[in-house]
Amino acid sequence: MRFTRHLLVAIPYGWLLVLFLVPFLIVLKISLSDTAIAIPPYTPTLDLSGGWAAVRDFFSQLDFENFVFLTDDDLYWKAYLSSLQIAFFSTIFTLLVGFPIAYGMANAPDEWRPALMMLVILPFWTSFLIRVYAWIGILSTEGFLNQFLIGIGLISEPLTILNTDIAVYIGIVYTYLPFMILPIYATLERMDVSLLEAAEDLGCSRRQAFWYVTAPLSRPGVIAGCFLVFIPALGEFVIPSLLGGSGTLMIGKVLWEEFFSNRDWPVASAVAIILLLILIIPIILFQRNQQAQREADG
Amino acid sequence: MRRLSPFNIVSLTLGFAFLYIPMLILIIFSFNESKLVTVWAGFSTKWYGELLRNEAFLDAAWVTLQVAFFSSTLATVLGTMAAYVLVRRGRFFGRTLFSGMIYAPLVMPEVITGLSLLLLFIAIGLDRGVLTIVLAHTTFSMCYVSVVVSSRLITFDESLEEAALDLGATQWDAFKSVTLPIIAPAVISGWLLAFTLSLDDLVIASFTAGPSATTLPIKIFSSVRLGVSPEINALSTIIIAIVATGVITASIISKRAITRRQQEEQAAA
Repeated sequence: MRFTRHLLVAIPYGWLLVLFLVPFLIVLKISLSDTAIAIPPYTPTLDLSGGWAAVRDFFSQLDFENFVFLTDDDLYWKAYLSSLQIAFFSTIFTLLVGFPIAYGMANAPDEWRPALMMLVILPFWTSFLIRVYAWIGILSTEGFLNQFLIGIGLISEPLTILNTDIAVYIGIVYTYLPFMILPIYATLERMDVSLLEAAEDLGCSRRQAFWYVTAPLSRPGVIAGCFLVFIPALGEFVIPSLLGGSGTLMIGKVLWEEFFSNRDWPVASAVAIILLLILIIPIILFQRNQQAQREADG
Repeated sequence: MRRLSPFNIVSLTLGFAFLYIPMLILIIFSFNESKLVTVWAGFSTKWYGELLRNEAFLDAAWVTLQVAFFSSTLATVLGTMAAYVLVRRGRFFGRTLFSGMIYAPLVMPEVITGLSLLLLFIAIGLDRGVLTIVLAHTTFSMCYVSVVVSSRLITFDESLEEAALDLGATQWDAFKSVTLPIIAPAVISGWLLAFTLSLDDLVIASFTAGPSATTLPIKIFSSVRLGVSPEINALSTIIIAIVATGVITASIISKRAITRRQQEEQAAA
């Protein structure tokens, strides 16, 4: 009886220790190792059979060389900054596109809402890769968007959109839109409509009622939605590599290339550690926001 | 006083057009006769035929389904256990670390998860193949399952379990005949979520797959890098059709279950 109870904790716990925590510690260790031309391409491995001497030896070999390398080469700084910039602005754009949709859904008649919800959730279940792929045919020089714009006479020469940062923004807004709509819709839907009636009775126009009542009350959903877009967008790999150009610098792509093309595992690991350090702040803020909301609900 | 303003109607129309037009174009042009994917040259289903004769795609699809089935099943068991432990077992040694490890993978960039798991598999000398992808997918999707299941466990009345125990049921019996039926919808949606996450994953699979096992997303990604192809459009259409049918069926079933439960609860009251 006691035994099964312990087992219930031990199995998932052990699984996560071995397949989540330990791998992470390995990344940390390799980020502090030297690059070597070998398989696996890095040097120190901790050999516990050597006893304390081996452990001491192991620690003496660790150094911050790879992190120093990252600060020396401005490619990495630029990649971090441009990832932050792309993630930040695409979050704003997603909010600008997503809020009106969520607001429209919340105002829709009751019997429409399940269908509208379904329409928002459906793309979320559909393959991410396919949704990114769909934009290649639309944004390319001979793609549908250019055909359309030339067809209506708006432009005479096709625009170059694919393989630029603009395509990356469009890709992020498109694929992460459901993450923005759903939390905002959830807060708007729960909102007490009698507050709006009260505001209008007290002389607010519909527009004023929106800015004084609806907008402030939707804040928790807006914040949650922004984090749900910003956090994954920062480490995004698929979108910049399919829609972005050679000039599009995003840290997920840099990590991938360090690992698969340059086979420089220590540098790839150091890139991963710094990406994580950058992500910790938004993640903690997000957790706090969620906690505050749970407390407000309960 | 919820009413649709003209602004609402415009934003809903444009919003859903934005969400669905890219996928519609993809579907329409999968039936295009021409190899050029942006010029319509008449209706044809030949790309579906090509796809079914493409052994590399079929092999990759089979590997993907196997990985998705095993990893989502394993993830559902582990994730449900983790949720039960987190919600029902107050404090235990290392609880903070445990809940941290449940939530961390949800926000961890895929490139980091993939890299770290690959380095682990190399460190312990495990050959990369179907097994390593299953292990990797199970690890991140069990966290999603656990979040879905624990949100259901939190809302249900613990005294039902206590009543069963008072009436002489063993803990396992109480779980099997009281808890499990109540959380079943959440467990099933957790499984579905894990299954789709696994079907969909490119980054983690690319790191953890060896030369012996290629999944469908890896295959799609490498051919998409070379440009748009009508075969990929056909494949995408098939995937979209399967997902859409699945999601709509699942939502109809769960809606029926909810209505039935409400009726039963009303009858009981």
